[in-house]
Amino acid sequence: MENLFRRYGATLTGAFVVLTAFWLLALVILPNITLFEASFRPYLPVVDIGGPRDVYSLNNYRLFTANPVDVSFLGFGFSMPIHMITFFNTVIFSAIVTLITFLMTYPLAYYLAKTVLPQTLPTLILLLFIPLWVSEALRAFAWYIILAFDGPLNAVLAGSGLVEKKVRWLNGVVTAYDAIVIGLVYTYVLFMLFPIYGSIQSLDRNQIEASEDLGARWWQTHWRVVLPHAKPGIASGCVMVFMLSAGSLLVPSVLPSTRSNWFTQTIQSYMLESQNWNAGAAYSFLYILLCTVVVTLTMWAFKVKLSEIAK
Amino acid sequence: MSAAVELDDVSCDFGRFRAVDHVNVAVKPGEFFSFLGPSGCGKTTILRMISGFTNPSEGIIRIGGKDVRGRRPNQRPTALIFQNLALFPLMPVWENIAFGLEVRGEDKARRRAKAEELLRLVDLPGAEDKMIGQLSGGQRQRVAIARALAVEPQVMLLDEPLSALDLKLRQHMRAELRAIQKRTGVTFIYITHDQGEALAMSDRVGVMSQGRLQQVADPREIYNSPVNGFVASFVGEMNILKGEVEQVADGFASFATPHGTFRARLAGDARGAPVKLYIRPEHMVLGADDGGENAVPVTIGDIAFEGNFITVSATTDTGAQLTAELRNDGVARLPEGGARMAMRFDSQRAMILPDETARG
Repeated sequence: MENLFRRYGATLTGAFVVLTAFWLLALVILPNITLFEASFRPYLPVVDIGGPRDVYSLNNYRLFTANPVDVSFLGFGFSMPIHMITFFNTVIFSAIVTLITFLMTYPLAYYLAKTVLPQTLPTLILLLFIPLWVSEALRAFAWYIILAFDGPLNAVLAGSGLVEKKVRWLNGVVTAYDAIVIGLVYTYVLFMLFPIYGSIQSLDRNQIEASEDLGARWWQTHWRVVLPHAKPGIASGCVMVFMLSAGSLLVPSVLPSTRSNWFTQTIQSYMLESQNWNAGAAYSFLYILLCTVVVTLTMWAFKVKLSEIAK
Repeated sequence: MSAAVELDDVSCDFGRFRAVDHVNVAVKPGEFFSFLGPSGCGKTTILRMISGFTNPSEGIIRIGGKDVRGRRPNQRPTALIFQNLALFPLMPVWENIAFGLEVRGEDKARRRAKAEELLRLVDLPGAEDKMIGQLSGGQRQRVAIARALAVEPQVMLLDEPLSALDLKLRQHMRAELRAIQKRTGVTFIYITHDQGEALAMSDRVGVMSQGRLQQVADPREIYNSPVNGFVASFVGEMNILKGEVEQVADGFASFATPHGTFRARLAGDARGAPVKLYIRPEHMVLGADDGGENAVPVTIGDIAFEGNFITVSATTDTGAQLTAELRNDGVARLPEGGARMAMRFDSQRAMILPDETARG
């Protein structure tokens, strides 16, 4: 602060502080406080707002546990509130997206960090970045076209005789969320790659060689030396991909099947379709809270400390 | 437990650069052998070829008589101690030491017992559960040695492991390493650019320059009878005089220089090649300038008092620099700066050596 003052003078420093404070207060903190407050109030016609019916309650949050429907999972039949089903589906498939991106990027990150020649590395990194130049929406639509019934994937598969009949990929082959998982993996894969790449890169090559010299096979070296070292990078990659996937609205909207529903879509339908900002706000805060709980529990299970991720 | 290591005409190229050039050497079982040379001379490449991280471009490496070509480091009976030790910072000491046993599928109780036994061997009992970050430099050294010994290697390869330690600890660890080697009987191959280390610890030393092995001999012979100018001036200090060989008789030659003509030992293969005269500073005797054989009149320059010895620099009349190293016996009178004196040397202790290294 003192340096800033000395360098730019009182006027400019004051302008920096005021602008930053305005941005934080007016565009981040105040809207959130407004929504938080709104989440405890009922959804009322305009004339009733501020009237006797406008009282604080947890009713918006209770909507989450309303409307139970019968479901069966792994052969067990039970009933569960419909939005809770959406929530669990979102969390489970976000976790699957996270797992797939990890399995895809770990070998690649190791290859980039430890195997590739230094002179070819920039080219490879550039190749990885090129898809990012296209907007997220276009990339999701690209997958919509690829997976479409009369799209290129079916054309190639049917044309080469690998499948007899064209497949309805967008409707889901394994689960109702296939296309969403594919789209999310593609969208967020680099958020997993780079933290892992960074953490593996900081591993001294001698550690890998020492492990091999002591008789370890390649998987033993990875399990005992590389993976433990890369754990903070893996953890931050996983947190990012999980939270981004769980919070994605675009991909689940562009690549849905008839049976898929993402929790962000539930919030969106409250906010935009029913104009019920109160319930939408309640769901948003509940969602942040629940996702944080999921992440915290996972980190605890894998013995990852927050301070390690922040490194 | 210990095996011979043979390098049979081994070369190694990195692109156009020849890092190791037709090296032939046979390290005996149980021997403490050092490769000594300046950085970039190829000694680390030799170590990496023996351990299996680098493949020779030509030639054969045999460990215990068996050609090890195509065998990965994890299939060779060698253990490498890295320059930076490469201990695993996320494992406690005992897991570090027992790592080689763990990957071989030994059960936990035996691993722990072996780690404790080895920690006693390297004189670090009770450190089992410490983390690497809690250890001092010397303690880390010991853990690295224990970790390498745990896999019961037939050959230990050491890549300048003492270079990061301070002087006192380094001298202590030299003796320690030597003692551990004698106790275990394992063949040690040691890489260093520190001639003191190589001479003090080794049974034999191989001096390297520019990828070539210049001389393989025991430390005394390396120091007292170097085969060429490179070995002579890399190992220890040397006064070097340029000149020409004149008459040769009985292994001695008279050597004409601008500072006078001297008699000195002539190395067998010095004929024909460009040669120089080499005299160790500690073999120079300082006295009055009154002529005689092998005396160079000089003007005394700087005098450096180093404690156990005194280094006297002097300039000849033709401008060459000479150094004499005098033992500090506590009573010797120091010469005065600027004084006219003579430096003398025994013809037995002066050598005429080929100037070039063995590069053909």
